[in-house]
Amino acid sequence: MGAVSLTNIVKNFGSFTAVQRMSLDIPEGAFVSLLGPSGCGKTTTLRMIAGLLDPSEGDITIAGRRVNDVPIHKRNLGLVFQNYALFPHKTIAENVAFGLKFRGVSRDDRERRVREALELVQLPDVGSRYPGQLSGGQQQRIALARAIVIEPDVLLLDEPLSALDANLREDMRVELKRIQQRVGITTVFVTHDQSEALALSDHIVVMSKGRVEQTGAPEDVYTTPATEFVARFLGASNIVEARCLAVDGDGVTVEGPGVGRLTLPRERAPQVAGPGPVKLAVRAEKLKLEPAGTAGTAPDDADDLILDGLVETVDYQGLAARYFLRVGDVQLQAINMIDSHPFAEGERVSLRLRPRDCTLLAGSTQ
Amino acid sequence: MSLEEREARQPVLLLTPAITAVALLLVVPLGFILVYSFWLRTATGADQAGFFLDNWREALFDPFYRDILLNTLKIAAVTTIVCALTGYPAAYFIARSRGNKALLLLLLMLPFWISYIIRTMSWINILGASGAVNSGLMALGLISEPLPMLYNEATVVLGLVHFLLPFMVLNVFVSLDGIDATLEDAACSLGATRWRSFLEVTLPLSLPGLAAGGLLCFVLAAGTYITPIVLGGPSDAMFANLVFEAIITQLDWPMGSALSLMLLAVLGALVLLYNHFLGMAQLMKGLS
Repeated sequence: MGAVSLTNIVKNFGSFTAVQRMSLDIPEGAFVSLLGPSGCGKTTTLRMIAGLLDPSEGDITIAGRRVNDVPIHKRNLGLVFQNYALFPHKTIAENVAFGLKFRGVSRDDRERRVREALELVQLPDVGSRYPGQLSGGQQQRIALARAIVIEPDVLLLDEPLSALDANLREDMRVELKRIQQRVGITTVFVTHDQSEALALSDHIVVMSKGRVEQTGAPEDVYTTPATEFVARFLGASNIVEARCLAVDGDGVTVEGPGVGRLTLPRERAPQVAGPGPVKLAVRAEKLKLEPAGTAGTAPDDADDLILDGLVETVDYQGLAARYFLRVGDVQLQAINMIDSHPFAEGERVSLRLRPRDCTLLAGSTQ
Repeated sequence: MSLEEREARQPVLLLTPAITAVALLLVVPLGFILVYSFWLRTATGADQAGFFLDNWREALFDPFYRDILLNTLKIAAVTTIVCALTGYPAAYFIARSRGNKALLLLLLMLPFWISYIIRTMSWINILGASGAVNSGLMALGLISEPLPMLYNEATVVLGLVHFLLPFMVLNVFVSLDGIDATLEDAACSLGATRWRSFLEVTLPLSLPGLAAGGLLCFVLAAGTYITPIVLGGPSDAMFANLVFEAIITQLDWPMGSALSLMLLAVLGALVLLYNHFLGMAQLMKGLS
């Protein structure tokens, strides 16, 4: 059993079900992200682990102890909020020492641990200041120090980076990972930002409408989405309604509008058992654009599929560009790094697609 | 005229009507009262103009006035404390309730739609000799004749609390409503019980509202004269009753002027003290 276990958790608000029968095992020391759009139940789940909400059904255990009936102040958790939630009338040192007061820590010990926690978050000299005198990023570091200093069983982070500016957010992301690895604390991180989840997590739990869509390592979830929702939510994906023609020793052969006929390796279609309607998911960055006519002259891989396309719209992003392309009857999007200059709107291009970069999803999904 | 010049003139234009009103209706009459307080009332009934300190000497050193002033401050203090103790939980409930806050605040304002005098007199129908409580108890056979419950200091405090409680609730509410509810969650997650997190976090952060409500209640209670007339006994006169008595009954304007300025000075000192420690900004927040 992991550091935190959820077993068949259900949460109803009146007739609305925010979390639908969710089970999750979080290993000791792991960094797990609950990722999903707003209203997917990720924060509700976090608040149930924290004890701020009671589950309607199911069990929650923390460090092997069932905590359903344990009030929040006895759960030994570190909780960090999006808006920092520092006590404005207390100094930084008093804020960080707050949790130690309730744990019978002696005065000298308290001072030492507060000092160590402030050093850990690289703000050793702000102890006598008030929260209002610190920047947002600094306040969030203090909130983290306050949560960690009590040596909690689990660290719960509720969108802790969302209130920060873009640049600061990326710095804090690196900082957060460093601190979490240094302390080695089991962490549950709630976010709607896929890049945060991908960068920080050992495991990602993708949620939608109160259900878990997929659980796995960041790379697995990203490269092998289990559902259309995951494919669409993480990164930019093309989903093409296709038809599975055959499943045999060579792989899975599908045919779809625009892409024509192609054969995928068997492991790229775990949900497909036989012929029938399927969905072909291709990440936008896996479609490689080349000037029309040049593709196929130097085939790196004989299996590569070469499609003809017309650039309809270009979304220039500096380092890369996002293209919307007309390919036969469908529109596909491609994100390519820019080599010298981007393709122009109205230009004819060739699209190179490797079948093993595609994923087949069951046709009935949504 | 440039935009900048016009903007520079704007405050003057906008404030002129209010400043004129305050000057004519408050500052000038106050000046009259100040001058009056140094005049003397003669036996013939006509006031003698001049600079006499007799009224002030009497107001400041006569134990009769001093005792009533102290009693007034005591009644105001007791009223303020009762308002704080009963108003705080109500304000907390409204601030933490979801959805129906507007309705609860409307209910709080409802009493203001009824005249303060009518509200005060309504206690006679409740606590009077033939009031609801006495007739109820007599109908039940618990007492044979009406209990004397009216016309004492307790009923004066009761009437004042009835009048002033909404001011306290509103001020505390504004203060509590501005406190981020996640602060209590954070305190609890760190090991504080709900009660400790209230004491450590919510209560200190709401003190400015409590102080603002307290100041309003105290000043309004200390300056009242209707409640002691309606609900008080002969010995429950408050300081404003003395002013009323001097000016309306005895037509001794000079003495009444000195007394009213004295009350103004005491309450003004209190407001200055409050301003020194907490600033007027909080009071404005509570009133808006």
